[in-house]
Amino acid sequence: MSLIKLDDIHKTYFMGDIALPVLKNITLSIDRGEMVALTGASGSGKSTLMNILGCLDRPTSGEYWLDGQEISKLDNDGRADVRNKKIGFVFQNFNLLPRTTALENVIMPLGYTAAHLSQKQMVERGVEMLTKVGLSDRMDHEPSRLSGGQQQRVAIARALVNTPKILFADEPTGNLDSKMSDEIMRLFREINEKEGVTIVLVTHEMDVAMCAKRVIKLIDGEIADDEQVKERRL
Amino acid sequence: MKKLRVVKTALVAIARNPTRTFLTTLGIVIGIASVIALMEIGQGASDVLSKNFAAMGANTIRVFPGIAQTSGVSSGAASRANLTMKDLEYILRECPLIKSATPFLSVRGQLVYGGKNWSPYFINGVNEKYFDMAGWKIEEGEPFTAGHVKRGAKVCVIGETIARELYGDESPVGKDIRIQNVVFRIVGVLKAKGANMMGMDQDDCLIAPWTAVKTRLRGAGRTSISAASTTTSAASTTSATDTYVGSVSLYAPALPNMPPVRFSNIDSIMLTAESADVVYDAISQVGLALREAHKLSPELDDDFRIRAMAEFADMLKSQTRTMANLLLCVAFISLIVGGIGIMNIMLVSVTERTREIGLRMAVGARGSDILKQFLIESIVICLFGGVVGIIFGHVLSFALSQFMGWPVSVSYTAILISFGVSAMVGIIFGYYPAWKAARLDPIEALRYE
Repeated sequence: MSLIKLDDIHKTYFMGDIALPVLKNITLSIDRGEMVALTGASGSGKSTLMNILGCLDRPTSGEYWLDGQEISKLDNDGRADVRNKKIGFVFQNFNLLPRTTALENVIMPLGYTAAHLSQKQMVERGVEMLTKVGLSDRMDHEPSRLSGGQQQRVAIARALVNTPKILFADEPTGNLDSKMSDEIMRLFREINEKEGVTIVLVTHEMDVAMCAKRVIKLIDGEIADDEQVKERRL
Repeated sequence: MKKLRVVKTALVAIARNPTRTFLTTLGIVIGIASVIALMEIGQGASDVLSKNFAAMGANTIRVFPGIAQTSGVSSGAASRANLTMKDLEYILRECPLIKSATPFLSVRGQLVYGGKNWSPYFINGVNEKYFDMAGWKIEEGEPFTAGHVKRGAKVCVIGETIARELYGDESPVGKDIRIQNVVFRIVGVLKAKGANMMGMDQDDCLIAPWTAVKTRLRGAGRTSISAASTTTSAASTTSATDTYVGSVSLYAPALPNMPPVRFSNIDSIMLTAESADVVYDAISQVGLALREAHKLSPELDDDFRIRAMAEFADMLKSQTRTMANLLLCVAFISLIVGGIGIMNIMLVSVTERTREIGLRMAVGARGSDILKQFLIESIVICLFGGVVGIIFGHVLSFALSQFMGWPVSVSYTAILISFGVSAMVGIIFGYYPAWKAARLDPIEALRYE
């Protein structure tokens, strides 16, 4: 059974009276343990698709099944719960809380639904996650004292702290140089292979896309290409 | 999200920007501090005011006998002679709002010392409590005592005007004075009070034990004369004992044909209520007690008159109310200013932390979680400001009392109210920014630069 199933998803923005279709007729399914790259030129709708997949936005029409649950009809709070329990996000600009230590940044999501955990258990989980991304010696550092690559690792640790089923990464290497990018991509692969976490990357760099197992290319809001990667990088 | 964790998150967020938090808090600190200082100073001032009013007689109640009326002819105010010492004792026993009481007798007559004479405004017979009740202080010598009153001793205390007119530069204490040709000894001189509200010289007075005035001077209880003539018609006239009259007969000299009066009646009774606020309640208590003492059946009218300086009491009440309202206004304005400061900073904070809000939503915070977080932040800021303000205001009013000699009394109500109000300000002025934050669209918020 597939983890994600999209059926005839449309997303249309309205600028006054003018309808602006951004996604047209998207039908797609992603299995557990896959590592998918969404690519396309800017304006092709890949970010919009990721927002819908990440339960941040609702499709105008169509059905979206995530982990056996129909998402497109949920209200804001319902989607917030899904995001908290099943989804992890990694952003291009890291989005760490300033003047807050790496460890506190990582355990922040636990505060919202993991009420059953004690403060000590939360800290233990945070330490575990930071160790996993190789930052066990940087726990008490604030974001301003970490390099870009290190900040992105903290963000990945934060995304994983709730043991999500799926990880969405929106241009995760966009703010990093190529050496750092490769490090981060290796980390993603490791997570995908060792933890079995499904990963969806949004990127316009082919180098990064070629690290995934499958590449989906969008052109003008429609799926133009969907194929397995024959020669994976890294 | 656990409540404690919400509070902790809020505290962490506040601690992240201490300078701004301090400046924001300042508005509330100043507001609350001024409320506390004003309330405490105001309370002290109002205490002093009511003390002053009490000295002017605001809490004094006078009881006069009723009107004697025969065949439609009224004999005028206080023409009946039906107030006795028993009534006074009864009032003291039955009326908890009455602090103290004295009989009050007035006579007129000439004072003579050596070659000088003088006719004072007042020659009054009272008991030893009168000095406190009327707010008299002793300039020289001593007031007469309960023992003097009991014995009917011929001693007296004179006002400053009489001392000046009769004794000049000499000290009158210990000297004799002749009142209506009866020799009294002066034990004290009263401290000058000046004119009263009607412009009468209050210092032109001689005060003696009422027993001495009643038995040794002519004219005391002169209303008893008309009372005697109406005894038959006034069924309720008290049959009094002659405890204080002794062997002295009270033949009315002006009307030699009248029968002898054997009543131990007193001209009027002067009472002091616990405070000026309760004068009205005290009056009704006294009225009931007197009706009981006089055994009046319900259909009969009062055979006495009770008077108080009601306008004083009213003035005092409205004064206190005005004061309280004024303080409330000041408090209200300063708290609104402080609250708007809070709202302003919270709005800035929401805008500045838009990305943080987006992120928190992306990782699963509900709108209500965000609302709670920002609301608690503003409440915490306000409560913190409130506590600092209470301490600051307290120190301020204490310092004022030290340097300026203003009376200050600690107002616990003010402290409690201030605490509640600062929490309310936090909620009211924090709600809009928090609501704005909770309504943000996570996608927009994450993209916000």
